[in-house]
Amino acid sequence: MFFKNEAAILLNADLVIELSTYGVNDTSGLIPADLFSWSSLGTLRGFVLMVLGGFLVGFGTRYAGGCTSGHAIMGLSNLQLPSLIATISFMAGGFIMANLILPYILSL
Amino acid sequence: MDAMCVNEEEVKTPGWHNLKYLAFGVLFGIILIKSEVVSWFRIQEMFRLQSFHMFGVIGSAVVVGAISVFLIKKFKIKTINGETILLPNKTFNKGQIYGGLIFGFGWAMTGACPGPLFAQLGYGAAAVSVTILMATVGTWVYGKLREKLPH
Repeated sequence: MFFKNEAAILLNADLVIELSTYGVNDTSGLIPADLFSWSSLGTLRGFVLMVLGGFLVGFGTRYAGGCTSGHAIMGLSNLQLPSLIATISFMAGGFIMANLILPYILSL
Repeated sequence: MDAMCVNEEEVKTPGWHNLKYLAFGVLFGIILIKSEVVSWFRIQEMFRLQSFHMFGVIGSAVVVGAISVFLIKKFKIKTINGETILLPNKTFNKGQIYGGLIFGFGWAMTGACPGPLFAQLGYGAAAVSVTILMATVGTWVYGKLREKLPH
């Protein structure tokens, strides 16, 4: 059916290996069931990712006055310098979290 | 400071006209899924520079958006109801840096921005409703703390 993305997403092999070291083995699907599920909510790791992660997304979006749609897509399309600053900050935050902090969170 | 409600319609139209938002929302959700933007794994790849995919999607979107904005301004294109399209300039405030970093942290943790969170929910990940709830709480807490935060 056209609307579903049935084919398994082809992911980078290094990522798959790295994730398996944290016990994230099921890389089919949109989000890892090992991390985001009702049952993982009861684990410290799942709780941090879903509750704290969600909070940071909402808080940060409003504080920045927009998210990837508002700043990165629309703001850059309209050549807005504040949006470029925001987009760079988004990416910086993401890079820092994914490479420096997430390894610890995923090991909880 | 608020980038809210700048482009509200002034013209009064029948309520069912709001279905146009539903149509575009559905289209956007489908595109998010098909382009794999809603994949937590794709986001992890992006932040580890392990795949061009997300940069390709975002880059293409910005190019299309920039061309669209250029055409709208050049030909003074109006909305379907004949109203002027306002694209106001944004002013800088430090919130874009602090808030941007904070959003970035959450983005890498959840692997999603606000839009994709709803698409994930629609795709069947019911537990994401907790993430969405917490994101909403985050916006409320910002509202409460706004006066005290550096801008």
